[in-house]
Amino acid sequence: MTDHDSVYDGLLGDAEGWAFGTDFEDPLAGVDTTIPAGVDAETLAAYCLMLGDDALIHSHRLSQWASNAPDLEDDIALSNIALDLLGQARLLLARAAAADPALAPVLPEGSPVPAEDALAFFRDEHDFRNVRLVEGDNGDFAVTIVRLVVASTHRLALLQHLAASSDAVLAAIAVKGVKELTYHRDYAGRWFLTLARGTEESRRRLLAALHLVWPLRDELSRTHPVERRAADQGVGVDPAAVRDEVDAVLDQVLSASGVERPDVAPMGPVNGGTGRDGRHTEVMGRLLAEMQVVARAHPRGLW
Amino acid sequence: MSAYDVAAAVTDPEMPMLTLADLGVLRDVDVEDERVVVTITPTYSGCPAMATMRDDLVRSLQGAGWPDVDVRVSLDPAWSSDWISTRGREALREHGISAPGPAPTRTGAVALTLTPTRRELTCPRCASAGVEVVSEFGATACKAIYRCPACLETFDHVKEI
Repeated sequence: MTDHDSVYDGLLGDAEGWAFGTDFEDPLAGVDTTIPAGVDAETLAAYCLMLGDDALIHSHRLSQWASNAPDLEDDIALSNIALDLLGQARLLLARAAAADPALAPVLPEGSPVPAEDALAFFRDEHDFRNVRLVEGDNGDFAVTIVRLVVASTHRLALLQHLAASSDAVLAAIAVKGVKELTYHRDYAGRWFLTLARGTEESRRRLLAALHLVWPLRDELSRTHPVERRAADQGVGVDPAAVRDEVDAVLDQVLSASGVERPDVAPMGPVNGGTGRDGRHTEVMGRLLAEMQVVARAHPRGLW
Repeated sequence: MSAYDVAAAVTDPEMPMLTLADLGVLRDVDVEDERVVVTITPTYSGCPAMATMRDDLVRSLQGAGWPDVDVRVSLDPAWSSDWISTRGREALREHGISAPGPAPTRTGAVALTLTPTRRELTCPRCASAGVEVVSEFGATACKAIYRCPACLETFDHVKEI
């Protein structure tokens, strides 16, 4: 009865209009998205957007390694990690839109684009709330690895604490994410070690990558007012509260690799704002242009 | 056949030797009047097979005389490889795929593992014990790739999560 010779044959609905996603119209179908008592919906939505944008933008960067990684195994590994993060982003953006429907950009009438896709593909750069760390160019493979070590170590610690969120949806997304982040971090940590203990050239590149990425680490644990409010309301986690935990793991990676903690100043805010305020680095515009161009050209999703 | 039996017979699009029930994805089938409400739990956050599973469930149930089908998602508790049934594990082995061991249980901060993941596995083809991991990441999110030096075959191992 179910024929999987073609993925398209298995999908219901109007094949002519099939453009966005895989037609699972709501990743939170049947999930109770009632706002918990004592939580302000706008804060919850803004907080989910930050977590979702970190995952979405990092996922996009990692997916750019598909067919470009040093070998086939790493091609698949980075694509798998990108896919996990994309899944987390989809759930978090859907959670954000369910909490505050006004967040999603308004699309032309008749557009089949679900709210989480509207958030991903139809927001402008200044509306993205990801940290600047995750948007940087992939550059050298070592840059990607160092960034993944830093980002996954922070996100793993954060999601572990978020498992106690008063929002049951966010807590469930976090519990699931912990399982995934565990092997993302192990993968990145092993590569960090391999590059540091490999050849003179791999070590040189790793150290260069570390100096490039390290200044962007600070923004992850700099508490934004939205994060403060979310933490105060019991729905979010103050990222500063996981800093020691994150540092301990990063020190473990550095020490196993025989690498000193870099002595570089953190990248500061721009005009008083960071990525969390929508102030991004130059590469973000190009990233979004590539990620959004097809969706924006076809807002009704018909071709 | 009951609505549950129809839903339980739908197979996973990536690993068709497993039914959704064997995989542990099928959580609940409820019949309210004429309407069937099926609840499924995604294996991984980004599992791209969810839409196909949903559509296969709808099609199978409609074909069996249940026109009104609602497929819902349950995120809590998160899917665990421990939910794969004994029959499912047997089916995996029969198809040359190594079944997962017990999922890790965690208390406190998750430990970093910088050495390769250790698993006591045997080759699903020749039962040799001296297998080597090639990559923790395989063709789908749920599988790692191994190699058997005895029979020289590579094989998939469903990961413990």
